[in-house]
Amino acid sequence: MLRFLPALTLLAMLGPVVAGLWGTLLPAFGHLPSAGLFGPSLDPFRSLFAWGGLTDAARLSVTTGLIATALSLGIVALIAASWSGTKAFRILERLLSPLLSVPHAAAAFGLAFLIAPSGWVSRLLSPALTGWDRPPDLLIVQDPLGLAMIAGLVVKEVPFLLLMTIAAIGQAQPRRSLLVAQSLGYGRVSGWLKTVFPRVYSQIRLPVYVVIAYSMSVVDVALILGPSTPPTLSVQIVKWMSDPDLSMRLTGAAAALFQLALVIGALCFWWLGERLVARLGNRWIMSGNRGLRDTSVRVLSLGLGSVSAFAVFFGLASLLIWSFAAFWSFPNVLPDGFTMRTWGKHGPNAFATFGETFFIAGVAVLLALMLVLGCLEAEHRSGRPLSRRGLWMLYLPLLVPQTAFLPGLQTLLLSVGADVGRIPVILAHLVFVLPYVFLSLGDPWRAWDTRNAIVAGALGARPWAVFWRVRAPMLLRPILIATAVGISVSVGQYLPTLLIGGGRVSTLTTEAVALASGGDRRAIGVYGLAQTLAALIPFALALIVPAFLWRNRRNLHE
Amino acid sequence: MKYLALVAALAAPTFAFANPDPADWDAVTAEAKGQTVYWNAWGGSTTTNDFIAWVGDRVMEDYGVTLEHVKLTDTADAVTRVLSEKQAGEDDDGAIDMIWINGSNFAAMKEADLLFGPFAEQLPNWAVVDSEGKTVQTDFTVPVEGYESPWAMAQVVFVHNTATMPDSLGSMDALLEWAQANPGRFSYPQPPDFLGTTFLKQALVDILDDPSVLQEEATDENYGEVTAPLWAYLDALTPHLWREGRAYPATGTAMFPLIADGELDLSISFSPGAASTAIANFELPDTVRTFVLDKGTIGNASFVAVPYNSGSAAGAMVVANFLMSPEAQARAQDPNVLGYGTVLNMDALTADDRAAFDALELGIATLSPAELGSVQAEPHPSWMTRIADDWAERYGAGQ
Repeated sequence: MLRFLPALTLLAMLGPVVAGLWGTLLPAFGHLPSAGLFGPSLDPFRSLFAWGGLTDAARLSVTTGLIATALSLGIVALIAASWSGTKAFRILERLLSPLLSVPHAAAAFGLAFLIAPSGWVSRLLSPALTGWDRPPDLLIVQDPLGLAMIAGLVVKEVPFLLLMTIAAIGQAQPRRSLLVAQSLGYGRVSGWLKTVFPRVYSQIRLPVYVVIAYSMSVVDVALILGPSTPPTLSVQIVKWMSDPDLSMRLTGAAAALFQLALVIGALCFWWLGERLVARLGNRWIMSGNRGLRDTSVRVLSLGLGSVSAFAVFFGLASLLIWSFAAFWSFPNVLPDGFTMRTWGKHGPNAFATFGETFFIAGVAVLLALMLVLGCLEAEHRSGRPLSRRGLWMLYLPLLVPQTAFLPGLQTLLLSVGADVGRIPVILAHLVFVLPYVFLSLGDPWRAWDTRNAIVAGALGARPWAVFWRVRAPMLLRPILIATAVGISVSVGQYLPTLLIGGGRVSTLTTEAVALASGGDRRAIGVYGLAQTLAALIPFALALIVPAFLWRNRRNLHE
Repeated sequence: MKYLALVAALAAPTFAFANPDPADWDAVTAEAKGQTVYWNAWGGSTTTNDFIAWVGDRVMEDYGVTLEHVKLTDTADAVTRVLSEKQAGEDDDGAIDMIWINGSNFAAMKEADLLFGPFAEQLPNWAVVDSEGKTVQTDFTVPVEGYESPWAMAQVVFVHNTATMPDSLGSMDALLEWAQANPGRFSYPQPPDFLGTTFLKQALVDILDDPSVLQEEATDENYGEVTAPLWAYLDALTPHLWREGRAYPATGTAMFPLIADGELDLSISFSPGAASTAIANFELPDTVRTFVLDKGTIGNASFVAVPYNSGSAAGAMVVANFLMSPEAQARAQDPNVLGYGTVLNMDALTADDRAAFDALELGIATLSPAELGSVQAEPHPSWMTRIADDWAERYGAGQ
């Protein structure tokens, strides 16, 4: 039984991706027999390239994705180089890690209200400092360069990459390298970058690739913060896919393949960039430059990290205030009054959706945990650790852009007669939940001291008894954290819920993004907060429950 | 077998019948009991969502029908869904039982035989619908023929904040002059949002000397000539729009916070009562008022249609009939709820029902039926499709 689990896990993770790509490939070449269209033909690509906005949309996808990734990675590398191992670093880590679970859409809503011309920052400064008694006519949110969108991605990717980096630092043994570098007279930042960063980067490379693929094809953030004349390619794909004119679906499928090619191209470009940076880095290392005057870099990195964290915190605070606001106009920093009316109106439905969201997340995470724990246990018993290829497989569903395979998957599910509803949505969520649960649980699981198993075995415990009575309880905390990670991934899913659910399944994320177009900031406040809570509560529980259970055996998990 | 049925359907397109038969209303209500109706309706407006939830409570109470609101960002999503289901051979129990629809989406679905019916004119409450005075039997010039049932009347009004823009405007040319003098203070939702396309139609109808040409299908010959003034108008207007026309609000309601914050002085709405409702909800300042143009503004009806593959057509008809009831119509017209215009004929109502309408306070920003003036007919959808495409080409996809 256990032997088949790794294969089953792969099937659950990659099956939908492959099937979805197949479902995209056929219509992209004009083949949609159920609509009476037979290929192969290149017409879909012709109409794609005839679309006037293609250049801009494709450029937007590439630039927002690459710039957001480069900025996030740069900030994270500088923070780690400047502060890792210090008290400030632990504070920053504590500040940023809860932000990992804040759904992208909620963070984007908050940021939009902060930085808009009529937003909170502008309200704080107006009219005293700016002289504005009306908001200036500035194109800050929805700007054609996608700068607001890049900001929205950066504030969410910095926590992700930072936590990945922290995990990697643990294995890179930085202290000794840094000690040697510093005793040779190197400054802290350049010493760290020269001796530790190369090792850390090779560990976080795949997560960085995930950030590229994700940022290039994200839909919800682009809908909230991105431009609309034209929108990013992914948003346009979703639009084409939902056009009543069938031939548009073919164009959409062609665009989905084009998006896939763009992501692959961007990954190749990044890979070349890595080579270039490595070469330049080597030269920099060989130069022997000690880089002693690094105070400004250290201050800058701390500043960037804090700005990124506070942007999300204040954004969420603005959602909270909007949800209780009576009339609130520019340039007032706070509303004219507070009212419970918005919560009275939307609270009941938000709570009902809360339940649905948790149900879907719960089942998906439970399935993921069973598969992942089974795989890890199989790995342990067979003594064969996850290969490099296995790791790539794990990352594959996160590297294929969602807009490339989900529309195809929807068509395919329909044609095999699978009913729309919760079950397909849960399985679609599983595709994204599985890798994250695996990645978050894998290292602590493998780090467990197997001598415990030998002792338990010597005392007569069978392998499953070792699993249930020794290993799982000892690893309760990482298991709960993996559960929380999985739930927050599921809560944040927009496109899988929208497309695979066929509109019949609504979670807090789909409700919140649906409200985005209506612009009712009070209702958005309610749903954005509910969405954030849905992702944060499991994390809080993952920290509290083990502390409570282990109140008498505090050192068990060490 | 499937092909035989298809051939039969193609060979006899006029032989339309509805099953369950709406004329046998008792059978319909009996069948509807216990059914779940998935109503796909635009979900961006919280007041509409609340109204739909109320409808759900009432049809559950009276008929035992469960109503689920599937919130759309774009009605076209629902059309696509039915299309994909047809392709996939899901002909008996599709995901959608009812769609809030009109205009080109209706035309597309009707033409592709994706609709259940005809049913609307057999519903009991059709008797009190004002089929003479209101445009409920044609939808953007397309004959309805009972394939969708009306539930609200809409008419274009312009929304202005009198604190910063005291005067109303009489024509689209006056709007252009005002925008040139007050740059950045007006915008319209980005087409293909229905309100955005409505603004384009409103502009075209108002600047043409004789808009009657728009009632016929657009042809390759006349399209360019007829719409040339519109593009000249927009070329003049766009640089003076909010954000210089480099970004547009997503929908009509997304313009409310922009007015509240003072970014916009003027916007457009398709619901004469929406501004009053928004004032009551703190979304607009109480200095906001509405106006219509001298020559009148475009109006149309909102409908609900039932997809051909709905498994709960009886339940959907019960909901459609309830939407046309005096109770639901009076509630929809209440500005504290929706502020939508009614489709009913006041003279056909009982005295009690009429009293419910008379008792409504329309709200400070709502024009009376007399002030709303004459309604201009919607152009044939073929105009809109082409104009929306051209708009996207010219202003929507990077200049």
